[in-house]
Amino acid sequence: MEHITLLLAIVVVTALVFDFTNGFHDTANAMATTISTGALKPKTAVAMSAVLNLVGAFLSVEVAKTISGGIINEDGLRTEVIFAALVGAILWNLLTWLVGLPSSSSHALFGGLIGAAVMSAGWSSIDGGTVVTKVLLPAIAAPLVAGVAALLATKLTYRLNRKVTDEAQLKSTAKGYRAGQIASAGLVSLAHGTNDAQKTMGIITLALVTGGVLAPGSNPPVWVIASAGIAIALGTYLGGWRIIRTMGSGLTDLRPPQGFAAQTSAATVILASSHLGFSLSTTQSCSGAVMGAGLGRKGGVVRWSTATRMFVAWGLTLPAAGLIGAGAEFLTKQGPWGVAVVAVVLVAGSGAIWLLSRRKPVDHTNVNEPAGVVTTAIASVSPPPVGTTVTTDLKTTIHAPAEPQTDPARPATV
Amino acid sequence: MNIDWAALASVFGVSLVSTVALVGLFTLGILGLAKQVPTAQGGGGPHAAARVGAYACFALCAAAVAYGIYLIVV
Repeated sequence: MEHITLLLAIVVVTALVFDFTNGFHDTANAMATTISTGALKPKTAVAMSAVLNLVGAFLSVEVAKTISGGIINEDGLRTEVIFAALVGAILWNLLTWLVGLPSSSSHALFGGLIGAAVMSAGWSSIDGGTVVTKVLLPAIAAPLVAGVAALLATKLTYRLNRKVTDEAQLKSTAKGYRAGQIASAGLVSLAHGTNDAQKTMGIITLALVTGGVLAPGSNPPVWVIASAGIAIALGTYLGGWRIIRTMGSGLTDLRPPQGFAAQTSAATVILASSHLGFSLSTTQSCSGAVMGAGLGRKGGVVRWSTATRMFVAWGLTLPAAGLIGAGAEFLTKQGPWGVAVVAVVLVAGSGAIWLLSRRKPVDHTNVNEPAGVVTTAIASVSPPPVGTTVTTDLKTTIHAPAEPQTDPARPATV
Repeated sequence: MNIDWAALASVFGVSLVSTVALVGLFTLGILGLAKQVPTAQGGGGPHAAARVGAYACFALCAAAVAYGIYLIVV
């Protein structure tokens, strides 16, 4: 511990910041549909997801041996390169959060690593084939697999319960769907904690190894496991409400049966893919499942304009994070002052994005409102009347399982 | 470049089958319980077979969730 240099300390802190952004970026994966169908209240949902992420971080001892899964050559990687990669990943995560688009945190990290490694050691440090098999192909496969599964499951469940028309019985089925959805969402949260918190543990461990603090091949120390778990749980609890809104009600309008089908499909795809040797992105599986469930209900529509923006963000994630990572690495190569400049840019950039987000804040009170309706007037500093209206709307939403056939998650007006 | 099409195909197959099976089972369970609820037209009401069937469906789903947790932990 006494050998930790300033640079190493900066890298560890930056890795934990990345872990934190990863947490709030990915809350939506587990909880967006749970919140929009009213299965859980927004705050309850993020709290549950946070706890499960924390538990998940401690569950598995099988640490990812390589953080990049073979995309870049990790031998002789300099600590500065890891720092530059993290800066690229964090800034891209924050930008996509600002515009409310779900995108893969892992891909942002891969992009940052690729950009920084190329700038540091040239194109030969990248395995192009692995980029295709680990990033590009899964990006196309994940939403398709999860989408088709959710589509068929939605069709099946609507077909099975088509004879139920009585009010009281409908109330009973809606309650059941919500309970099932909570179970699926819990599984997604747990899997996320295990996978993504471990990624950060892997990065910190690698940085400690490259900095000469740990022997190569060491397991992460307990403080690394604990801090990574806590960072991702805090991020999850903060809740990326902008992304939750897009995924929960921006892509399509979900009713309880659809929410259940979507979340179950996402959970199945994530577990099946990570255990059959073809890892698929959590974010992309969940988005695909939501769209599939949207198409599965008769009369259901997917808002393709929102979906298209999301696809564009997916396509941009790798190159954009890569460019930022490369730029950051270009600066850190110049020496200690370069590292300082990059650190300042990171803090200033994050601060600017946060300030921009305050202009139109999205939080647990307005997360279920349709995106775009929130006007600047509403967004101006915490107006009490609007807040009250929204809260009442939310209450009606959550306590109205009597009409499961009407869309419960949508206050008519703002 | 070596794309593992077999792994991709098995992910596709397993995900599809298990999602549809689980959602189907759970829906049957929900329907079984919903039948216990008296309707306005005088239908429904306690029905032992439907209830036992529903609980069996839920038990299978719970087993699937337990297996999911097992996959995450191990």
